[in-house]
Amino acid sequence: MGKTIIEKIIQDHTQDEVSPGRIVWMDLDVRTARDFGGPNVVKNFEREYGEIPVENPRKTFFTFDLCVPACSLKYAENQQVCRLFARKKGIRIFDVDSGIGSHVLIEEGLARARRTVVGTDSHMNILGAVSCFGQGMGDVDITFAFKTGKTWFEVPETVKVVIEGIPSSSTGAKDLALFILKNLGTKKAALKAVEFTGDVFRRFALSDRITLCSMVTEMAGIIGFIPEFDASVEKQIEGFMGVPYEPYAADGDAVYADTIRINAAGLVPQVSVPFLPHKVEDVACLTEIPIDTGFIGSCTNGRTEDIARAARVLKGRKVKDGVSLKIVPATRRVYRELLENGILENLFMSGAIISNPGCGGCAEGHIGLTGSGETQVSTGNRNFEGKQGKGRTYLAGPEVVAASCILGRMGTPEDL
Amino acid sequence: MAEKTIRGKIWMLTGTDGNLIEDIDTDQIYHNAFLHITDISQMGAYALGNLEGWKDFSRKASAGDFVVAGRNFGAGSSRQQAVDCFLALGISLILAPSFGAIYFRNAVNSGFPVIKCPALKDFVASQQLKTGDILYINLKTGEARNEIRDTLFSVEPMSRVQEEIYDAGGLFLYGKSGNRGK
Repeated sequence: MGKTIIEKIIQDHTQDEVSPGRIVWMDLDVRTARDFGGPNVVKNFEREYGEIPVENPRKTFFTFDLCVPACSLKYAENQQVCRLFARKKGIRIFDVDSGIGSHVLIEEGLARARRTVVGTDSHMNILGAVSCFGQGMGDVDITFAFKTGKTWFEVPETVKVVIEGIPSSSTGAKDLALFILKNLGTKKAALKAVEFTGDVFRRFALSDRITLCSMVTEMAGIIGFIPEFDASVEKQIEGFMGVPYEPYAADGDAVYADTIRINAAGLVPQVSVPFLPHKVEDVACLTEIPIDTGFIGSCTNGRTEDIARAARVLKGRKVKDGVSLKIVPATRRVYRELLENGILENLFMSGAIISNPGCGGCAEGHIGLTGSGETQVSTGNRNFEGKQGKGRTYLAGPEVVAASCILGRMGTPEDL
Repeated sequence: MAEKTIRGKIWMLTGTDGNLIEDIDTDQIYHNAFLHITDISQMGAYALGNLEGWKDFSRKASAGDFVVAGRNFGAGSSRQQAVDCFLALGISLILAPSFGAIYFRNAVNSGFPVIKCPALKDFVASQQLKTGDILYINLKTGEARNEIRDTLFSVEPMSRVQEEIYDAGGLFLYGKSGNRGK
């Protein structure tokens, strides 16, 4: 019987028989912990294993991205706990200057096609964008992975999601991701791997793949893969990896739990309404909503291409008086690219606040919270109540966030 | 060996409409403002602290109680604290039609019984389960009994790995017991 992409990757990493529903013991190529979860991993490790070394320090990393540099004493202490442990065990740290861990793993060529990678980040499945099996886990799992290099895993079923038609040119990957999320909700892909197919993906840049794969978490899925890619994506990924990009494709006779067809022809800009990511509507239905603040960044929309989309809208325009726009590059590399191609200057002149790389507006504290009654439009992936303060957060693509901050109300670049 | 059948008083996590709340996420269970806490004993006070209608849960619940929730319980982030906060309160089992993938793993690894019951909604609709009822659940066979209403129903038994880790008292002890963690 043929295998799906996830089944092939898992089979490469286990002696056990791989089929959906079976629990296998799986080897992990890379295991990581963040400044959130990381200190708990250290505490667990020292309590359970003491002076025993980690299984392979060269496959083990810390990535600080949540509260960088630390904005509270607690985070400062926690990060230092990880640093001291890392020095003792010979583990490399991507410290507070680096940016979002999952993105750093891609840029450093650690997350590669066919590999298995885990970390204390529920959006680690973003690595599906480069055909790598990434998975977020809690601190007990990650401690065990540091010690053994292995984990148990229930092989998920796979659903095929076929996107029919081509969205309108005023949309980007985030609009499509939100539209797919609207259609799948948290049920149709729950606990499953997803293979996204359709002509639209032939135009997807790596940043677009990252945007869509990141939101598989909000679909309650395990991981998403996009088998179709074009030469520019291949070249960009190979630039990071330093090796040929050789993703798995599913076998012709692979078995899927379901095939879901979604018609995205002529799709218009989408926005997710508080307080559930899958509560998605057309931006056009929400143009009355006043906006107090915006955020562009996160693992979902923090690449150079994402911020450049916003910069094109902002160029020669100003963020409205009384509105703030916060921009956070995903990584140091992204920051440098924005600097080199002049985008940072455009953003600055428009009145935006630009911070150092990290998780930014999704994490608590890094670039501010919302107060009661405050309305935020964000390129992040979650708008749960209370997550980013006491206000209400809408989720949208970079162009909509930029346009809304210029208008002072929800809108698209066409409304300017 | 850990207990096969456990007994507890249930808390039905219902919303204003009387139905079990679905998609309760980890920020509602354990808010990110308290993620810096690494001592489990301090986490109980924040359990469900961001879930509307249930913010006083930590003061109402007693050790040994069960939590019953709607589908996709524990959606969202990878935080172990969202499991640990219930451990801190002595909650002895969570029953739901389904769980967030990471949440489920975290609970299994802590040796904490998270039990799936796909038909839960039907039992709730037919009023066979109410807050304050006492349930007996056999974790290995999936047989469940409501002592108050004298009714029987079934839940999903634990998978083999879940049972082995539960019997060992958590993933670390499981690993040290000569299984996979050497």
